[in-house]
Amino acid sequence: MANLASSGSALGSPGAGRSIEAGPAEQGMFALGWRRFRRDRLALLGAVVVLLLVFVALAAPLIAPHDPSQQYDEGLTSNGLPVPSTLPQSTQFILGTDANGRDLFSRIIYGTRVSLTVGVLANLVAITIGVLIGAVAGFIGGWGESLLMRFTETMMAFPTLLLAIALVAILRPSLWIIIFVIGIVYWTWIAKVVYGQVRSLRTRDFIIAARSIGTPDLPIVLRHILPHMVPVIIVWGTLGIATNVMLEASLSYLGIGVQPPTPSWGGMIQQGQQYYRSAPWLVIYPGLAIMITVFAFNLLGDGLRDALDPIQRKKLEG
Amino acid sequence: MLKYILRRLLLSIPVLIGISLITFFLIYFLPADPARMYAGPNASVETVARIRQQLGLDDPPWIQYGRYLFRAVQGDLGFSYHLQLPVTRALMSRIPYTFLLIVFGIMVELLIGLPVGFVSALRQYSRWDRAGMAIALLGVSVPPFWLGLLLLFWFSFLIPIFPLGGAGTPAHLVLPALTVGLGGAAWYARMTRSSTLEVLGSDYVRTAYAKGLGESAVLYRHIMRNALNPIVTMIGMDIPWFIGGVVLVEQVFAWPGIGRMAVEAIIQVDIPLIMGTVIFTAVLVVVSSIMIDIAQAILDPRIREQV
Repeated sequence: MANLASSGSALGSPGAGRSIEAGPAEQGMFALGWRRFRRDRLALLGAVVVLLLVFVALAAPLIAPHDPSQQYDEGLTSNGLPVPSTLPQSTQFILGTDANGRDLFSRIIYGTRVSLTVGVLANLVAITIGVLIGAVAGFIGGWGESLLMRFTETMMAFPTLLLAIALVAILRPSLWIIIFVIGIVYWTWIAKVVYGQVRSLRTRDFIIAARSIGTPDLPIVLRHILPHMVPVIIVWGTLGIATNVMLEASLSYLGIGVQPPTPSWGGMIQQGQQYYRSAPWLVIYPGLAIMITVFAFNLLGDGLRDALDPIQRKKLEG
Repeated sequence: MLKYILRRLLLSIPVLIGISLITFFLIYFLPADPARMYAGPNASVETVARIRQQLGLDDPPWIQYGRYLFRAVQGDLGFSYHLQLPVTRALMSRIPYTFLLIVFGIMVELLIGLPVGFVSALRQYSRWDRAGMAIALLGVSVPPFWLGLLLLFWFSFLIPIFPLGGAGTPAHLVLPALTVGLGGAAWYARMTRSSTLEVLGSDYVRTAYAKGLGESAVLYRHIMRNALNPIVTMIGMDIPWFIGGVVLVEQVFAWPGIGRMAVEAIIQVDIPLIMGTVIFTAVLVVVSSIMIDIAQAILDPRIREQV
C-alpha cells in the first residue's frame, strides 16, 4: 500500500497538480484524494480484492491445481454425475467437479481472466467513445451539440441488455465482439457525465482567458479541459468495470457471451443449472465469484468518488 | 401545463426517429441475407432472388427505410421466420406477462428501497445506516439470474412453497418479482439515502424546524416530498436497465414474457423478432420517460417553468 501512496502523490504534485488545481494547500488533487481514500476502510477492502483478482487472472496457470478443460475420469461419480467437494474421492477437487468431470476451482480461476479482460477492455471502448462524444458535444455547442446529445439519448432509450443481445445475435458471439458490444451499449453514461462537466467548464474564466489570448480549440481541450475529466474517468472507469463484468456474465448466462470451452462464470452457471438439484455448487460458486468481483469494483469506485470528488461527497453527507 | 406536455412530446420525436434509424441500420447491414432466412436453407437461388424482390431488398436503402418506418408506425414490425407469425402478434401475446413482472418488480424495488434509504439517512452513521448501506451495495452486486436460481433452490426445491417456474397463478409471480426487485431495491435505497441527506442539509428544512414545526410535519411535508423528486427521475433512468433484469429473470423462471421470446429468437437467428422486441422496448422506455416527466411537472411547479 505504501507504493500506492507514493505513486499517488507523485502523480499529483509536480506538473499535473499545479496546472489543475493550485489550491490553497498547494497540494495535488491525487495526494489529497489518497489521504481521504486511505481512511475509507471499505474502499481499501475493495482495492485489495481488486488487486487479488488481477493477480489471480495473471497467475491463473500457477494457481490453478488442474487444467481447466481437462475432463478427468475420477471427476465423475459412478453414475456419471459431478463430484461434490464433500466426497472423499474429491480431495484433489477443492470445489468439486462439473458435469464434464472438469475441476470447478480451476475453471473459476481461469474465468477471472475472461471477466476482467472483458470488463476492462469494454470499458476502454466505452470511455473512448463516451469522452469523445461528451467532450465534443459539450465544447462545440450549437447544432453539433444537439445532434450528438440527441444521439446519446436515443442510445440510452434502448434497454441495455436487449440491445447487447440484438448486437451479439447479429454479429455472432466471440470474445472481441462481446467487448465491442458491451462498450457500445455502455458509453452513453460516460458521455452524459463528461458532457455536463465540459459544458460547465466552457464558460469558466480560465477557458475564456485561454481563448482570449488566441489558443486554438484543440490545445484548450487537451491542456485545460481533459485534465479536469481525469477524476470522472477514474471513478466511472472503476464503476464501469463492475457493470461490464455483470453484463458479460449475463450474456454468457444467456448462452450468447463468451463461448465454451472458454471458462466464463456466467456460462458455467448456465451449464450448471440443469444439474442444480443434485449439484448446486455448480451454480453457487461461479455466482459468488461474479458477486465478489462486482462488489469489489463497486466498493473501489465508490471510495474513489468520495476521495476524488469532495463536492459530491459533501452533497451525499449533507 | 399543456404547453409543457406538448413540448415534451415534440422533444421525443427526434429520439423516436433515432431509434428507427439505428434499428434499420442494424438490420440493413446485417451479414445474413434476410431473403435466404425467409426462404429457408433448402430454397433454390431463384426462389431467394424472387423473395428478395418481393421483400424489396433490392431497393436503395432510403426507400427501404421509408417503407420500414411507414410500416412500423402502423404497428407492422415484420414477420418472424421461426414463429411464422407477424412480430407484433407474437409480442402482443407475451407483453401482458412482462408487464406484470415489471409492475410487481418496481413495487418490490420501491417498497423495500425507499424505507431503507429514508431510515438510513435519518439515522446517518448509525449501525442501521452502515449495515443497510453495506447490504445495499452487496445487493447491487448480485447477478439477478444467480439470485433467481438461489431463491428457486431454497423456496421451490428445498422448501417447496412456490412453483418451480412458469406462469399462471399469483404464486408463480412471487419469486420472479422478488428477484427482479431486490437488486433494484438496493439501488433505490442508496439513492433515497443520498437525496434525503441532501434535503436534510437544506435551508428550508432548518427554517421549518426553526419556526417550531413538529418532527412529523417536517418529515412528511418538507423532507419526504423533496427527497422523492429525484427518485421519480431515477425510475425513468432505471427502466432501460430494469428491462435487462427482467429478460434474465424470465429466463431463470421460464416466465413466458418478451425477454424469453427474444432469447429464444436468437437461437433461431430470428432477426425480425429480436429487432421487434428491441424497438418495442425502446419505445416503451421513451413513453414511460414522457409519463414520468409529466408526472414530475405535476408534482413540482418549478419543472414546468424550466422549459
